[in-house]
Amino acid sequence: MDNKSRNLEEEFQARIDAGENIEAKDWMPEKYRKTHIRQISQHAHSEVVGMLPEGNWITRAPSLRRKVALLAKVQDEAGHGLYLYSAAETLGISRDELMEQLNSGKAKYSSIFNYPSLTWADMGAIGWLVDGAAIINQVMLTKTSYGPYARAMVRICKEESFHQRQGYEIMLTLCNGTEAQKAMAQDALNRWWWPSLMMFGPRDEESPHTEQSMKWKIKRKTNDELRQQFIDQTVPQADLLGLTIPDKDLKWNDERGSYDFGPIDWEEFWNVVKGNGLCNRKRLKARNEAWDNGKWVRDAAVAYAEKQAERRVSKAG
Amino acid sequence: MKKEWPIWEIFIRSKNGLEHRHVGSLHAADAEMAIQNARDVYTRRQEGVSVWVVESKHITASNPEKSGELFEPAKDKVYRHPTFYNLPDEVKHM
Repeated sequence: MDNKSRNLEEEFQARIDAGENIEAKDWMPEKYRKTHIRQISQHAHSEVVGMLPEGNWITRAPSLRRKVALLAKVQDEAGHGLYLYSAAETLGISRDELMEQLNSGKAKYSSIFNYPSLTWADMGAIGWLVDGAAIINQVMLTKTSYGPYARAMVRICKEESFHQRQGYEIMLTLCNGTEAQKAMAQDALNRWWWPSLMMFGPRDEESPHTEQSMKWKIKRKTNDELRQQFIDQTVPQADLLGLTIPDKDLKWNDERGSYDFGPIDWEEFWNVVKGNGLCNRKRLKARNEAWDNGKWVRDAAVAYAEKQAERRVSKAG
Repeated sequence: MKKEWPIWEIFIRSKNGLEHRHVGSLHAADAEMAIQNARDVYTRRQEGVSVWVVESKHITASNPEKSGELFEPAKDKVYRHPTFYNLPDEVKHM
């Protein structure tokens, strides 16, 4: 690295250390740019793919109240994807490229969405646990160093809080209902608990990127810190529901002031990440169909806009 | 040739607000669609009563590397603030 680039890198790090936000037109190391394109676009893809397991239940919601809430939540997720795609585009990648990366299977998205939503209780478990985990991560990211990403997070966090409350309200209703309803809620918790813990990523000692991410203030807390925060806040919520978390090693540790918990099945995690989860292929197929079936709308919109522009020109001339 | 919809910057004025504020960006084929999309994306919770859309290419931003010299003139002009002027307490309505 020559002297000029060394100085630019040092200045950049000094700005980060001083708590300044980096904006789209500022100088940044190429690795910082590439890391953000990857991370922000993965986040955006996750929002959009995340619409699918919940979209699955909109037509079968048990009441109008549940239906409007679920519709609004799924609509919000589309909006979140849009904020994040826009943030990624500030770094020099086009929307078409981003869509191509998702549709071709090149890009990753949060593997939690490769699990199926089997019962109505899954809507409760997803809102409570999956959105709960996402909120913890996203609140942390409101302090991330890249300006457009941080601002998208602020907006997303404001909207996300009803998502979790909606899910928990569903769980409460089921747990205060019939035996069968409570059993359905327990079953959903059993299936979504461990994948939710995996949302925070591999353990710190197995995360080679964490150090650089912390140095550039992309991440402000580590995977394990966030995972512990999630467990500590969620266990009392499960107690209030009268449900049992499917971890026989879960135990309050007075010394640490936190819950000890059992081993995560990292083989399952990597297997799902690699594309062998229960719904990976189904999710990708749905995304490709949506993109392909919507092509005529995109083309028609452009043709209409051009026609209108021509009309204006010929009227003026 | 494939045509991508251009990017637009969106500005919203809230019910109690005096000015439009920048809230983000989105893609749309033309201005009319940009306004409808802005309504869908940025006013779901009654955040705004007025929307401005501007194609991003029409926005010129100041160069962050030149910020120092661009904003330097205001640094030593504290006399633009009311607190610079000393008036006795007896003076009212000033």
